Formats: sequence, structure tokens, C-alpha cells
Amino acid sequence: MSILVLAEHHDGQLAGATAHVVAAAQAIGGDIDILVAGENVGAVAEAAAKLDGVSKVRVADHAVYAHQLAEPLGALLVELAGDYSHLLAAASTTGKNVLPRVAALKDVSQISEIVEVVDADTFKRPIYAGNAIATVKSDDILKVITVRSTGFDAVSEGGSASIESVDTVVENSQSHFIKQELAQSDRPELAGAKVVISGGRGMGSGENFKLLDGIADKLGAAIGASRAAVDAGFVPNDMQVGQTGKIVAPELYIAVGISGAIQHLAGMKDSKVIVAINKDEEAPIFQVADYGLVGDLFELLPELESKL
Amino acid sequence: MKVLVAVKRVIDYNVKIRVKADHTDVDLTNVKMAMNPFCEIAVEEAVRLKEKGVATEVVAVTIGPKAAQEQLRTALALGADRAVHVETEERVESLAAAKLLAKVVEEEQPNLVILGKQAIDTDNNQTGQMLAALAGLPQGTFASEVVVEGDKVQVTREIDGGLQTVELSLPAIVTTDLRLNEPRYAKLPDIMKAKKKPLDVKSPADYGVEVASRLTLLKVESPAERKGGIKVGSVDELVDKLKNEAKVL
Ligand SMILES: Cc1cc2nc3c(=O)[nH]c(=O)nc-3n(C[C@H](O)[C@H](O)[C@H](O)COP(=O)(O)OP(=O)(O)OC[C@H]3O[C@@H](n4cnc5c(N)ncnc54)[C@H](O)[C@@H]3O)c2cc1C
Ligand SMILES: Nc1ncnc2c1ncn2[C@@H]1O[C@H](COP(=O)(O)O)[C@@H](O)[C@H]1O
Repeated sequence: MSILVLAEHHDGQLAGATAHVVAAAQAIGGDIDILVAGENVGAVAEAAAKLDGVSKVRVADHAVYAHQLAEPLGALLVELAGDYSHLLAAASTTGKNVLPRVAALKDVSQISEIVEVVDADTFKRPIYAGNAIATVKSDDILKVITVRSTGFDAVSEGGSASIESVDTVVENSQSHFIKQELAQSDRPELAGAKVVISGGRGMGSGENFKLLDGIADKLGAAIGASRAAVDAGFVPNDMQVGQTGKIVAPELYIAVGISGAIQHLAGMKDSKVIVAINKDEEAPIFQVADYGLVGDLFELLPELESKL
Repeated sequence: MKVLVAVKRVIDYNVKIRVKADHTDVDLTNVKMAMNPFCEIAVEEAVRLKEKGVATEVVAVTIGPKAAQEQLRTALALGADRAVHVETEERVESLAAAKLLAKVVEEEQPNLVILGKQAIDTDNNQTGQMLAALAGLPQGTFASEVVVEGDKVQVTREIDGGLQTVELSLPAIVTTDLRLNEPRYAKLPDIMKAKKKPLDVKSPADYGVEVASRLTLLKVESPAERKGGIKVGSVDELVDKLKNEAKVL
């Protein structure tokens, strides 16, 4: 078996998700290569070469792969896929954008967001907003898979894989990058944070999200949100936790002014410890919370900050 | 300009599913079904393009059982002009759906195809991308804004770090994210009118596409249940529990 992992990277840095995907690849077993595609990604390739269990890092460094547009990246993967039995990527917006294209062009299924490897052909994945776990088996000669990071512990760094360049340059005249507005934050990434504190509609405004800042500072937490808070414009879309947002599983998740709809729970119910702060004692979030605190968040948050 | 929208019949998003006792699948008997929420957003976007005078015709398409006609009638009531139903009682995976949609695209020659980003039953998030690949068209997935200008479309996409805008040449494939629009409700007179709008029924065989499953569903289980915890009476008690009981502080 031979596995190709598509590296996830942002701003010239290897993203944490890749080490989780390599862990999934190790669970499948076989030779593991990483593909780094992008522009000026030398540092990414070097970081990828340090991941445990990786044999080879293949680097496609060209302007056409900048911004990870699906059309050229998909075409490149289709070219390389012939050498492998499995193609894996993080279940990130990049992985989800490109892998189905590769699967379709190879006429194989794509298996989304696996959380467990049963064997090289068989995988577990959540369906229906995580309310059921399906075990699926694929007989395709190439398995194209996105991996949910929270299902696999990251591999460590101690490897020294070889690095080689891939010269394939594909044409792309169909799509053009125009611009990107990325949220700037000094806080840890939602996906990898040990503590997450999220606000919902109950926060009332974007301004009030500042009430979470002091607590997040003290706990080294990332800040998340419910869909309602994003839809209302309190905070940007990249903060949404849930079925159709980010999936998190920190040591500690604190939900503030969030009712606990199944779509929100889908994104956080694998957290180790859940705390809910809500003024409605009947709120469904309390059914999954280890510690529930009933009351007004505007009184409780400042008190919590002062007592941490 | 012609817009094609793909809609899928799925479990209503408010319903909490149960797993069958024999673990073969989830139990959908007597469960409320509806149009996939992301497809509602797709229909709304197409109808708005028509209302703005950008689109001239909106065609809704579904692949699914006889009952999926209900979702096509909903799309017609919301403003689609006509509908195509590729009828099959089989479970249709994303790859087969994309192959059938590619055939419909070939037949209808739309300038824009709008799909949901994800069906909330399988949570696959694949079909639009697969369709784009098979039809050889560019894709703008997870769209929060779609602006058609001449023979181009600008799509603002919700990506992990924020927002990305790409420009695609038409024809193109777009998949919807939650912030693209807020879908309207169908009004009673429109529901009545929708009954008279044209609806073509086809079969996968008409398109020469094999829909049999590629993946074997071996088992469906309930996830590990979380036991509800306790209510604490004060912030002091909470901090104490987190420090000394849960040991996460
Ligand atoms: C297709 C689809 C996908 C979706 N995907 C997601 C997703 O990924 N993530 C997600 O989160 N949602 C998602 N949703 C939306 C989900 O169904 C809920 O609508 C949403 O999670 C509700 O957000 P909320 O809990 O912040 O708001 P509400 O349900 O309105 O709850 C607000 C809570 O705040 C409490 N509150 C109000 N004021 C105070 C106060 N002063 N002090 C303390 N508590 C207070 C209230 O008691 C209430 O419980 C999706 C829905 C659909 C249809
Ligand atoms: N059987 C189907 N009939 C029509 N459209 C579909 C079907 N399956 C998927 N789609 C479209 O593809 C989108 C994404 O579905 P999926 O990739 O299966 O999560 C849906 O929101 C629909 O727009």
C-alpha cells in the first residue's frame, strides 16, 4: 500500500491538521508520501519532512498552485494519484474543495471525514450531523478520503523524509483568484486549541464578544461561535462551530448563550469536558454539559474572568 | 441565461434520527422529510437571479424516489420554471448523482448550476465538486456571495480562515453556504400554481448511468452517548470543579 497525503498549509506554514492526517495514514499502513502544492512552499516542505512516518515529500512549487484553487490542484492530484492506493487530505475547506474532483475524475467514490480506520478498505464516519456513525467499505482501487482531525492524534516530529520536486504544471484558465480576507487573530486555531470558548445568539452583539476575550486570554483558548451568532454578524464565518462549520474536540469547551441545537452539538460534543452557561435551565445544551451554570452571562462572565 | 438547481430530499433538519435495531441503517420510516436546507438556499439564489433579470429560466432537478417530487414542487412554488425528476428507488451516492447531473447539464446547457454545499443526511459535501470535474467546469464552492457579470461569475467562498473571492468563467458550478441568502417560504397561491408547472420524469437508464452503490455500508451505530452532568450553583463552584474534579484548569 502507498499513501499520498495532501499537505494543508497557510501563509507559508504547515498547518497542524497535516500531522493528524498522517496519523490516519499510519493507521491504514504502508508507505506515506506528502504532497506540498503551492507557491514558495519550501518551508512547508521542510516542516512536512519532519513528520514521523513520512518517506518522501513531493513539492509542486508554482504560481498556478497558489491559493489552492481546486481546478489546478485537482488536476495535479489526478496526475500523481496513479502511484498510490490511498489519497488523503484534511477535511478542511481545501480538502473538501479538491478531493471530490479527483475521485470523480478517477471514477471512484470519495469518503468524507473519516474518524476511524478499521482496515485499509474500511472506515468509520459520522453521518446525520454525527447522530450516527457509519462503517463503510470501499473496493475501489484508489481510496480518496478526507480525514477529520479530531479522530486521530497528531504524529510527532522526528522524521527526516527526502524532499523531491514535482515538475507537473497544469493549465488553468477557468478560475482566477481575486482576493482573500483572512481573520487575523493571535489566539490558537479553533481546530487545534486545548480550550475553546464559544458565544451564541445570547451574546447579543459582536461588541459583547469582548466579554469572552479576557477568559480566553487567561485560558489560552480559541474563540468560537454558533451559526446564529455568525448569521447575526456578531463574528466572522470562520468562527462557526458545528455540523457545517468547524469540528472541535478540546479538553474544555465552554458554550455561552448557546441553546445546543443538534447542528451545533455535531461540532463540539466530542470535547472532553463541556461547560454551558445559559439563562434558560431547559436549554438542550445542558443535556451534554458536564457542568451547567444557569444564569445571565452578562453577570457570570465578568465574575468567571475575575476568578480564573 | 439558464440556471440549473439541484435539490435533494432529505430528513427534516429538526428531526433527531434513530439507528435501526439491527444496525443496518438509520430508521427513516414515518420521519418528516424536506428539501435539504442548502438546496433551499440554492433555489433562492437562482430565483433572485431571475428576479434581477440576470437569469431567464430556472430549472430544478432531483434524483430520488417518487416522493422526491414533493421537493421539486416546492422548488417550483419558490419560483423555478420547470423541473426534471430522475426517478430511482436506489440509494444514490454522490458520484452517481454527479454523473446524472452531468448528463442533465449536457442536455440542458445551463450557464450556471447551483447546488447545496452538503446534504445533511450523508454530510458528504462532494456532489458539486464531482459535477464540476465531470462536466469540465470551474467551481465556486461554499459560496456566501455570487455576482454574475457578463460571461464571468465572482464567487465569495467561506473558507477555514475567512473569505476568498474567485472569478470563474461561465458556465460554472456553485455550491451554497449558509450566509448566501435567507430562503423565502412558499406562498399558498404559488404552491397551487406550481402544480401546473412542467415536470419531466426520467430514469437513470435514460441517461445510461449506473447508480448501484460503490461503497458497502457495513454498519450504522449510535455515537457514544454523553452522560448529562450536573448543574453548579455558582462561578466559584464551577471553577472548583474544573480545577479539582475535571482537572482541566
Ligand atoms: C443546514 C443547517 C446547518 C447548520 N449548521 C450549524 C452549525 O454548523 N453550527 C451551529 O451552531 N448551528 C448550525 N445551524 C443552526 C442551528 O440549528 C441553530 O439555529 C443555532 O445553533 C442556534 O444558535 P444559538 O444557540 O446561538 O441561538 P439560539 O438557539 O437562539 O440560543 C440562544 C441561547 O442563548 C441563551 N441566552 C440568551 N440571552 C442570555 C443571557 N443574557 N445569558 C445567558 N444565556 C442567554 C438563550 O437561553 C438561548 O438558549 C444549522 C442549521 C441548519 C438548518
Ligand atoms: N440525489 C440528489 N438529487 C439532486 N441533487 C443532489 C442529490 N444528491 C446531492 N445533490 C446536490 O448536491 C449537494 C451536495 O450533496 P452531497 O455532496 O451529497 O453532500 C446537495 O445539496 C444537492 O444540491
